[in-house]
Amino acid sequence: MLIKFRTDKKGVKISGAKDMPPMPASLGLMNWNKTSSWRNLKPIIDYEKCIDCFICWKFCPEPAIKIVDERPVIDYDFCKGCMLCAEECPKDAIATEVEGK
Amino acid sequence: MIEIRMHGRGGQGAVKASFVLAEAAFQGGKYVQAFPRFGVERRGAPVEAFTRIDDKPVQIRSQIYYPDAVIVLDQTLIEVVDVTKGLKKGGCILINSDKKPKKYDLGNEYNIYTIDATKIAVENNLGSRAAPIVNTAIVGAFVKITGIVKLDDVKKGIENSIPRNKEENKKAATQAFNSI
Amino acid sequence: MKKTMIGNHAASWGAQLSRVQVIAAYPITPQTLIVEKLSEIVADGELDAKFIKVESEHSAMSACIGASATGARAYTATSAQGLALMHEMLHWAALARLPIVMTNVNRAMAPGWSIWADQNDSLSQRDTGMMHIFASSSQDILDSTIISYKVSEQVLLPTLISFDAFFLSHTMEVVDMPPITDVDKFLPPYNPEYKLDVNNPRSFGALTSEEHYYEFRYKMQNAMDDAVGLIKKEGREFEKLTGRYYDLVHSYKCEDADLIFVTSGTIAETTNVAVDELRKDGKKVGNLKIRVIRPYPKQDILKAVKNCSKIAVIDRNISCGYHGIFAQELKGALYNESDIPVWGYLAGIGGRDVKVDDIKEIADETFKSKKPVDMIMKGVKI
Repeated sequence: MLIKFRTDKKGVKISGAKDMPPMPASLGLMNWNKTSSWRNLKPIIDYEKCIDCFICWKFCPEPAIKIVDERPVIDYDFCKGCMLCAEECPKDAIATEVEGK
Repeated sequence: MIEIRMHGRGGQGAVKASFVLAEAAFQGGKYVQAFPRFGVERRGAPVEAFTRIDDKPVQIRSQIYYPDAVIVLDQTLIEVVDVTKGLKKGGCILINSDKKPKKYDLGNEYNIYTIDATKIAVENNLGSRAAPIVNTAIVGAFVKITGIVKLDDVKKGIENSIPRNKEENKKAATQAFNSI
Repeated sequence: MKKTMIGNHAASWGAQLSRVQVIAAYPITPQTLIVEKLSEIVADGELDAKFIKVESEHSAMSACIGASATGARAYTATSAQGLALMHEMLHWAALARLPIVMTNVNRAMAPGWSIWADQNDSLSQRDTGMMHIFASSSQDILDSTIISYKVSEQVLLPTLISFDAFFLSHTMEVVDMPPITDVDKFLPPYNPEYKLDVNNPRSFGALTSEEHYYEFRYKMQNAMDDAVGLIKKEGREFEKLTGRYYDLVHSYKCEDADLIFVTSGTIAETTNVAVDELRKDGKKVGNLKIRVIRPYPKQDILKAVKNCSKIAVIDRNISCGYHGIFAQELKGALYNESDIPVWGYLAGIGGRDVKVDDIKEIADETFKSKKPVDMIMKGVKI
């Protein structure tokens, strides 16, 4: 959000209406808002099984799957672990790992 | 302010007649207001339209209940609609008819006029023989009777507000104007 | 230049003179002619705008929101059920602070199906955060469209311009069209500080927690407060250009009146005629036309009514379960400030004609009445 902060007389960091734009708008892209911490399941692509059909890339709702050197690559900064990619993969090439194990 | 009510049947051009008359009066330097009676219009059903003409902007925004003049685009309406309702004493009624005014028994408080606008419309190829568009002819006759608008302004009004057959419509208005 | 046109076309030409860049609309009687005319104006090259055909009114406002967010001047028009379908996006346009100007032809809500004048459709949008104008003549429609873009783009709030179905929408009258070169001097191109721009990416309308939502409402309220002064200021600028001044309220012979009518829309114009006739009979009456209901011109109203002893509000709307909406609002404004009694009348509901005689009757009734009444349903057949 495009909200500035200031320090009040007591030295407390505050923000109010005058630090805000008229409408809820963010400064720049939202890509600073990394959502990887939301993930408790982690998809992992087995590139031996992967046939580069890009169905996972099409279905990823985030989208956190990119195409790098003509192969699908999961961006773990933004993947929330919904596992849609694994569900849709026709070759069962995406494995599920439990985070923090 | 002069208030005029028009009676016609859906498709005959009564609403357009109210607009042409208003446009003509506007060309003559007047302030005007023209509007249909806000019904659901169907071909053949009785319709009403209104025109107000004044020297200053028209503020009143209700329908016309006490007209100074009434125009009847279809003589058969006289049997189904009370065309003189609210008409001021000494007010005029202009009927599209091939009959003489004295054939109409509408009381002796009004000045009755007739014009065969259907014949004039047909002669000028306006609409079809079965459904002639009589509005410009009847406006031509009306301005002659009342003298509220000049014929030249009617022609300008037709030029501005009738999309097609402008020349035929001007001719019809002129012919009606001259035959009263 | 003076021309004759129907009220709907006055809205179309108002949009053309404002050089709107995006038009998205869906047809509905009695608004259809506004959009038909605009499509002709765009097709004839008289306006350089993108005309978007959409599948619903909800989509029409959504398209306008998208366009306005990129910094384009957007316009739409609708009526009754169409406005109701737009409702969600009206809130969005206001909270996203997008200065969209739109026209609503006031039409009764269905069922029973009705295409006739009634203010309930637009008054149901009262709390969306849009500025809300009730125009009372075709000239008012055209001029309000231009002035509203100027005001909206400064306070970043959308404006809803409403006017009565048929009594204005389909009524031809004389309208003075200012030359577009004059309008250009008055209304500069829209260039917002915050906009969707691929070269300077931002995201809009994102999640806002309780930490900041309240503050956005606070800013919106401040913008509404600013709008009161701006409507007057830009009204005066517009007057320099055209000689026509538009305020939030217009008072007619109120200064020495014993009884003041409070009216809006076309009923206000007919009431002026009734006031003249009543004055001829020696009755000291005046008429206060509420042209803008949001922001609510409380101070202007208090000033205009301060010398009278009775007020009769005429509402072409009803909040069933309470009473006429203009009457409610007026009583709210007077409370704590004045003890002038208020009689609330309903008239013209569902497009019923309000005649000069009806208004004279209301005057007589109010003069005779000793105790104020919240709501008198004038002319209702029981």
